[in-house]
Amino acid sequence: MELYEKNAWELSEMLKSKEISSAELTRSVFDRIKSVEDKVDAYLTLNEENAIETASEIDKKRLAGDQLSDLAGIPVGIKDNISTKGLRTTCASKMLENYVPPFNATVMDKMTNAGAVITGKLNMDEFAMGSSTENSYFKPTRNPFDTERIPGGSSGGSAASVAACEAVVSLGSDTGGSIRQPASYCGVVGLKPTYGSVSRYGLVAFASSLDQIGPLGRCVKDVAMVQSVIAGHDGMDATSAYREYPDYAAALNADIDGLRIGLPKEYFGEGIDPFVKQSVLNAVKEMEKQGAVVKEISLPSTDYALSSYYIISSAEASSNLARYDGVRYGFRAENYDGLVDMYERTRSEGFGDEVKRRIMLGTFVLSSGFYDAYYKKAKLLQRRILGEFTSQFRDVDVIATPTVPTTAFKIGENTDDPLKMYATDICTVTVNIAGLPAISVPCAYDEKGLPAGLQLIGNKFTEQTLLNAAYAYECISGGFRKPEL
Amino acid sequence: MVKGYEVVIGLEVHAELNTDSKIYCSCKNQFGLEVNSQVCPICMGMPGTLPTLNKKVVDYAIRMGHALNCSINRVCKQDRKNYFYPDLPKAYQISQAEVPLCENGYVDILVDGEERRIGVTRIHIEEDAGKLLHSDKFDGVSLVDLNRCGVPLIEIVSEPDMRSSKEAHVYLETLKSILQYLGICDCKMQEGSIRCDVNVSVHKPGEPMGTRSEMKNVNSFSAAVRGIDYEVERQISVLEAGGTIVQETRRWDDVKGISTSMRSKEDAQDYRYFPEPDLLTIVVEQERVDELKATIPELPNIKILRYVKEFGLNIKDATFIAESVELAGFFDACMAKGRFGAKCYTTWILGELVKFMNETGKTLADTKLTPENLTDLAEVIENKTISNAGGKKVFAVILNEDKPVAEIIKEQGLAQVSDDSVLEKIADEVLAANEKSVNDYKGGKTNALGYLVGQCMKASKGKANPGKMKEIILKKIGE
Repeated sequence: MELYEKNAWELSEMLKSKEISSAELTRSVFDRIKSVEDKVDAYLTLNEENAIETASEIDKKRLAGDQLSDLAGIPVGIKDNISTKGLRTTCASKMLENYVPPFNATVMDKMTNAGAVITGKLNMDEFAMGSSTENSYFKPTRNPFDTERIPGGSSGGSAASVAACEAVVSLGSDTGGSIRQPASYCGVVGLKPTYGSVSRYGLVAFASSLDQIGPLGRCVKDVAMVQSVIAGHDGMDATSAYREYPDYAAALNADIDGLRIGLPKEYFGEGIDPFVKQSVLNAVKEMEKQGAVVKEISLPSTDYALSSYYIISSAEASSNLARYDGVRYGFRAENYDGLVDMYERTRSEGFGDEVKRRIMLGTFVLSSGFYDAYYKKAKLLQRRILGEFTSQFRDVDVIATPTVPTTAFKIGENTDDPLKMYATDICTVTVNIAGLPAISVPCAYDEKGLPAGLQLIGNKFTEQTLLNAAYAYECISGGFRKPEL
Repeated sequence: MVKGYEVVIGLEVHAELNTDSKIYCSCKNQFGLEVNSQVCPICMGMPGTLPTLNKKVVDYAIRMGHALNCSINRVCKQDRKNYFYPDLPKAYQISQAEVPLCENGYVDILVDGEERRIGVTRIHIEEDAGKLLHSDKFDGVSLVDLNRCGVPLIEIVSEPDMRSSKEAHVYLETLKSILQYLGICDCKMQEGSIRCDVNVSVHKPGEPMGTRSEMKNVNSFSAAVRGIDYEVERQISVLEAGGTIVQETRRWDDVKGISTSMRSKEDAQDYRYFPEPDLLTIVVEQERVDELKATIPELPNIKILRYVKEFGLNIKDATFIAESVELAGFFDACMAKGRFGAKCYTTWILGELVKFMNETGKTLADTKLTPENLTDLAEVIENKTISNAGGKKVFAVILNEDKPVAEIIKEQGLAQVSDDSVLEKIADEVLAANEKSVNDYKGGKTNALGYLVGQCMKASKGKANPGKMKEIILKKIGE
């Protein structure tokens, strides 16, 4: 087995015992990138030179006997909407094609302090708006299980790079499913943490009240390792929750005897592919055999979640993306006549169609005369959806659903039908609306060999419960299967 | 009333708070530093940055709320006001829309001796924008200075309760002195630390309110007066000519002395306010609200009224003393001694003290003057231990030296002679030597008396009690 194929926790032990060096491991990952990247197109920017340098420094520190974190020396890919000081951060947009942040996101400071080796910046849907990574200004990323298909999105690069072993683990961001959905399509594990548990400082905002950074990996333990590093209160983010965060990896436990699992009937109805539905039910049955107690539940407002999500996220996006006006940084149209024309041309030429669609939608729902009918109502629904979840969590510990209604679709298949594209988020958006944590773990492969994901949703700040449940299931299912590339 | 029209004025005042750092980042909040030197990724609105609220701003705004008798909304949100302009890096201003931190207050002002109560609709917190720099030197390009981005502001919105430009002026001056009393704003007009927008309408008495226009770019209180007077005249002449007033935003040009239309109601921007998702709801404990209330001193507008009503000061003197935190504090402490009337102290404060301060540029705190030594001084003048002239000499000393009044009198030999036998002896000598004047007086030339008293004073080397001296002379020559 090549080094690049191994899981982070195994590599961590090998590094600790000095069986391998980080430089060796990092070179192995970059060799892998060189051999498969032209098929996958996961990266927008490679950071090879710096990565090798960091790896060597970590090796030196280790030889000197320094106390290092579990993540020290592990190659990690970063979604391109997380600010990396001195390293181009494009959000896969023409608007920020040459933007180099002068500061690090809080998670990047944490990753760097933990000794993570940054392989590069990963492709995504422009400004994280999309479900297939086809909305990248630069290129679509391909699903390593079938390169004719999409890897999901918006963190398509984060999921595909991990699945293709072009990174050991990665960071993505999840506003409506953007970590879990590509994790499901690419057969990897993705955790969307509780809103407020990971600092958003330096994450280029899409929808501030929904965005959350989280880890992707080839196994639950790797994801837990990264989450242990990035979770924590941050004074730079007012919405960051002040509390103690455990070492999730150290506390990982596969005992699910007595775990109460809820199956919400609304997540298994119309639009859910029968194969996916059956796979999720089978997975839950396996967990039941290990002692879990399964119960059917109802979350009646689920039907309204998607429209609430698109109203709230687009409203916030229309404001968050207004700063890209060509005045101070980023793209500016070449020819213009006066200030307003400069704004119009810059934004017309600098943003892609999907981004413009959401900005228009968001601008509309916030407009005077429409605010009450759309935004205010969506916020009311948000409260109701959270209330329904909260009351269910009195009776169950986790809620199990499909992550996505289907397995990965073909590149170009849904690009002309935004509504069909939006519908792929149906099982994931409620989690963001309610600010809850959720994890996607691979649970089956269809007849084409494409992975499907099991989503486990927990109450706020119950990441440990989710990780334990996912870990238990992974122990049964065998976990990640490496795609042929 | 102007030309048979009732004038209605409402004001929106923006005051920059003088906190150490900006409202949403730790950049220094200071005016006049090098262009774009007081900036960071947050106040420059770089992608991915987030605001965190400076709690001092909330405290300052609540104190102003208390000063203007507002109710404090202990739970309130911050909202985004969305619009594009190159001086606004995020393309939205964080402000407060629906629920302001403070609302439903009032301020009492004194206009031409008459007390007027002006309603305060609301006070909310928000961030300032940057500044555009236009110059021929820039080759047709405009530059932007972002130092002011994120400077904390409070916006104080009045009810349309003012009826003349003079009332508006007094209201503005009153707000300014209150801000200074609270020490929360530098109130430097030339630096733009207080700015105002003016809303004006006119109507015939008994008729409903007229359509208002809003005027921006009013950069001083006197400009506000000129702008209001211009706008009132303009609206009346439009109405008199049979026209109608349209709701619009106008721009005041103080150099030309005219306002011009910026945009009509139809073109009004839709700011698409919505709750700022990057910030938590502001929650202030009742205890904190009360604590802050306890820090509010008696405010100048209240002091003026009290000085006039209780102490009989004229408005000019009352205003002069009340508007200075220092002088008012000193005056109040003097009055608290209950020994002398206001006139006694205001004479010293507005006379010798202000003269000294103006001449030396010193403040009251720089002197050794205290309510105690000033009262001691008044005491020795009243009981005729020293003369008024001697009093001025003592005052000059107690400004600079921490020395008891009695000791100064002794050192300088300023004590007046009131002993009858001594004074009679002087009188006898002087009268004997000035027989002609005595006769003049007896012959009806009453001004000879002054000469005789003067001679006695001279003979006593100025120490004789002039009143008593005069009495004795009168007694002797009147016999």
